[in-house]
Amino acid sequence: MLQALGKQVHVIWSQIVTLFLVFMHLFKKKDTVEYPDVMPYMFPRWRGRIILTRDPDGEERCVACNLCAVACPVDCIALQKTEDENGRWYPEFFRINFSRCIMCGFCEEACPTHAIQLTPDFEMAEYVRQDMVWEKEHMLINGTGKYHDYNFYKIAGKAIGGKGKGEARSELPPIDRRSLLP
Amino acid sequence: MFDFVVGSPINIALILGAVLFVTTMLIWIERRFLGFFSERLGPNRVGPWGSFQSFADVIKLITKEDWTPPFADKPTFIIAPLIVPIAMLLSFAVVPIAPGVGIMDLNIGLLWIMAMAGLAAYSAMLGGLASNNKFALLGGLRAAGQMISYEVFMGISMLGIVILADSFNMRTIVEAQEDQWFIIPQFFGFIVFMVAALAETKRWPFDLAEGESEIISGFNTEYSGMKFGLFFVGEYIGMLLMSVLIPVLFFGGWHAPFGLDLPWPIISGVFWLSVKIGAFVIFFILVRAALVRPRYDQLMNYGWLVMLPLSLVNLLVTGAIVLTQGG
Repeated sequence: MLQALGKQVHVIWSQIVTLFLVFMHLFKKKDTVEYPDVMPYMFPRWRGRIILTRDPDGEERCVACNLCAVACPVDCIALQKTEDENGRWYPEFFRINFSRCIMCGFCEEACPTHAIQLTPDFEMAEYVRQDMVWEKEHMLINGTGKYHDYNFYKIAGKAIGGKGKGEARSELPPIDRRSLLP
Repeated sequence: MFDFVVGSPINIALILGAVLFVTTMLIWIERRFLGFFSERLGPNRVGPWGSFQSFADVIKLITKEDWTPPFADKPTFIIAPLIVPIAMLLSFAVVPIAPGVGIMDLNIGLLWIMAMAGLAAYSAMLGGLASNNKFALLGGLRAAGQMISYEVFMGISMLGIVILADSFNMRTIVEAQEDQWFIIPQFFGFIVFMVAALAETKRWPFDLAEGESEIISGFNTEYSGMKFGLFFVGEYIGMLLMSVLIPVLFFGGWHAPFGLDLPWPIISGVFWLSVKIGAFVIFFILVRAALVRPRYDQLMNYGWLVMLPLSLVNLLVTGAIVLTQGG
């Protein structure tokens, strides 16, 4: 009997303590960030809207290798390779369907030329579904994005107009195989 | 016509308008305070501090499709949500607001309120029954059991006051508290009444009739649009009614604490009663934010095994003391 009464008193006391503790939350700092009025700090590595970048010389970085489209788990990237008169590869069109994109960042990891990059911009809502499909001219920016020094054609061994074999950075001139003959 | 006597048209208009306005604002106030209690801000976008949120909610409820399910019992389904706001509004008729402010002075005021609370129970019962839905039926059953059993000791807990004030008239009860509020001699009565008030309005933690996590939405599962809105408004009028009744019965009604009267009796009365009502509204919201819902058997055990004996003992002791003192 006494034990049961003691238990009841304990239960009621715990309810009163709960009420008091919850009441004290009235005076605590609120956690809410009033988002459209106060912009939250977005971290530079946030995986948001996808951009295409240019190399330090202002040329398109993308070489249309299709690795991003292969890596994409939702198949939202479509592109077509073409070549300019210098022999540089670039995409004829580059299309990302953002209504499918899950912002996983696999394309950025797959990209050998740092062309495709994810940015901290997350405000991508549209009123018309078709507006979620972005073409190259929407995504291509006039900068280098997160990697400022990287220039694929200055490093890679591929010969393009204005840069022959062996002229890339820290590349030895090509060996004349016939000089190796005994 | 335009003087403040009980039952004058201006009194009726002002009280009805105030009750409906405050009830509407309670939707916003409750959500705002629930936000504060959980360290959020609550709705603060519509109008100043979000105070138009209630009106936005009402517009939403009115413009929603008012759907009656084809398998429901149509007349009962439509009548059920009307009962609770009407009964709750009628209860306000006997509530004394200030000296000379009120709608009627029934000499059976407390009984009138108990009767109206009894009628309000039909709302949930009929709504649950007419929906022809098993979850609604369960909710209606729970509501019926809960409200009927908690009405028993709600009535008994008020009898202590009736003994002390020697009247069922609520105005006389308030006037009897001029020197000492009934919270002091009737503390256990107050505790029982408080718990019963929470259960009567089907508010948290006694919202088993709705019980979102168990039976979807209980008796109003099948209701939508303004029919649901009427249940909703009825619940808030009930909450306001209980927040008025507790000060009127236990905290001296319009009497100021510590002799802090304002110069004019009516303004002083309305001001102090509003302060007390506000405190209890916030307490009701706090209880919603803090306490968890009991199991149904726990609710019933608690009601019949703890609250009923407590209220009976309170009644007996009060009666004995009054008898030995006054004779």
